[in-house]
Amino acid sequence: MLRVAPGRAKPSRASNFELWSWLFMRVSAVLLLSMALAHFAIMHVFNTPDQVNYDFVAARFATPFWRVYDLVLLGLGVLHGMNGVRIVIDDYIHSRGWRVLVMSLLWVVTFVFLVIGTQVVLSFQPEVIR
Amino acid sequence: MEVNRGWSWSWILIYRGQSGQWAQALHRVTGLGVAFFLLLHIIDTAVLGWGPGAYNTLVNIWHMPLFRVFQIVLAACLIYHAANGIRVTLIDFWDKASLYQERLFWGTLVLFFVLFLPTAYFMLISLF
Repeated sequence: MLRVAPGRAKPSRASNFELWSWLFMRVSAVLLLSMALAHFAIMHVFNTPDQVNYDFVAARFATPFWRVYDLVLLGLGVLHGMNGVRIVIDDYIHSRGWRVLVMSLLWVVTFVFLVIGTQVVLSFQPEVIR
Repeated sequence: MEVNRGWSWSWILIYRGQSGQWAQALHRVTGLGVAFFLLLHIIDTAVLGWGPGAYNTLVNIWHMPLFRVFQIVLAACLIYHAANGIRVTLIDFWDKASLYQERLFWGTLVLFFVLFLPTAYFMLISLF
């Protein structure tokens, strides 16, 4: 195939996946802009990471607010990040075999990390007896 | 006209142009950096399930001064990606923004330094 300019192919009209992907990136970006920067500021500027330990997390997760906050941040962050990686793969990996392999791996990684992250936030119960 | 068959290093700079090219290259590198950290961060948080002993042992590694430097690099990636993301979103949704895209890039850099310098300062002084 002759390509005059390298880059992503135009999204096909048969599927709106790329349109939704584009819209999701913008919408999640606006939310992550405040939520991720706030999370970083709380952990690294207003507290120092040296204070973060098991008790610190237990105190945070005692309030449902932070559990919900972290779940939303996890979901948006993983999906935004992995969709970004998908676009990078789209740009650089053109051979069919490698694409199938790398894209499959990406979907598996996305799913596994969403599951691990969600189960940590939902199932965490602080140990009282040490 | 250039014809590309197979892999070429020129694809790293896939969008031709000046400031926009560099803005995009940095957006990509910082985005991949943050995504990589996010996966790492999900793994370290998952260690909470093994109890206080395991979790505290692990986060003590994060508390080493060397990792503070990594955290400052993470701050740089996060803040650049956010600042340039605002520029990208403006260009997508406001039709006049593409006329000012070069000025918007300088705006991105100014916003980056305004947010990053104090952040890096506070992250460094708490080490001492």
